[in-house]
Amino acid sequence: MITLTHYLVLSAILFCIGLVGVLRRKNLLMLFFSTEILLNAVNVGFAAISKYYMDLTGQMFAFFIIAIAASEVAVGLGLLIIWYKRVGSIDLDTMQSMNG
Amino acid sequence: MIEAIAFYTFAILTIAMFVIVVMSRNALYSMSALAAGMIFISGFFFLLDADFLGVVQIIVYTGAVMALYAFAMMFFDTTKEVKEKNSSNYKVFLLSGLSAILLIIIFVSPIISQKVQALYPMKENIGNTQSIGIVLFTKYLVPFEVAAIMLLVAMISGIVMASKRMDESLTLKVDEEIQKEEVK
Repeated sequence: MITLTHYLVLSAILFCIGLVGVLRRKNLLMLFFSTEILLNAVNVGFAAISKYYMDLTGQMFAFFIIAIAASEVAVGLGLLIIWYKRVGSIDLDTMQSMNG
Repeated sequence: MIEAIAFYTFAILTIAMFVIVVMSRNALYSMSALAAGMIFISGFFFLLDADFLGVVQIIVYTGAVMALYAFAMMFFDTTKEVKEKNSSNYKVFLLSGLSAILLIIIFVSPIISQKVQALYPMKENIGNTQSIGIVLFTKYLVPFEVAAIMLLVAMISGIVMASKRMDESLTLKVDEEIQKEEVK
């Protein structure tokens, strides 16, 4: 029998995978992929809670997360293409012009 | 029984795909694994009786977002391996350990979910898509419209940013030439 805890643990595992990706990767495209993993992990948790509490609010939030992910990808990739044209690399280490 | 089999199959497949995404050195492999993982995630949604969400997941993520990534990867040099210098693994392990501890605290912390009440309960004899439509166009109408405006803004900004100097090829040119033109 699959309970809510199963889904929440799975969601946490997926979120941790995405978190490791965000921490570990230096390529900006890979960072975007890791962000998608994070958003999807949260979506699984929302859908599971929506099922087990018989409430549609979780699915609504999942829809808005998908909308936000789509717009994030559009804007982020546009910025990434501009950066690649300017610098010729999408590595995070090249973004040190402000010496922060 | 069939639910358990489906859950564990999809769970193993999804975790394997996402680990490939995170660990792979080739951007193309990474993107393909991400697309596969998105489809497996939609399997969970169908398993959880969220049919409409599963369909949207397939259409939006594997259809739109992945196509956008594939399109954007034509701008970058994807055939060569991603070279990254990881200065200290120590820092990564420290941060991962901290996040794991945080996760354990979240799981162990006293459960307040007994008080959760369904705001918009599911009706028995109405399908998932229909009930989502009812809730989305009554209670969540304003956020829906705001999300539509946000998507419009994102689309326009994406077009404007990506289409600058679209007429010249970038990959066939040497980096210095591009740099020189930037200075000009």
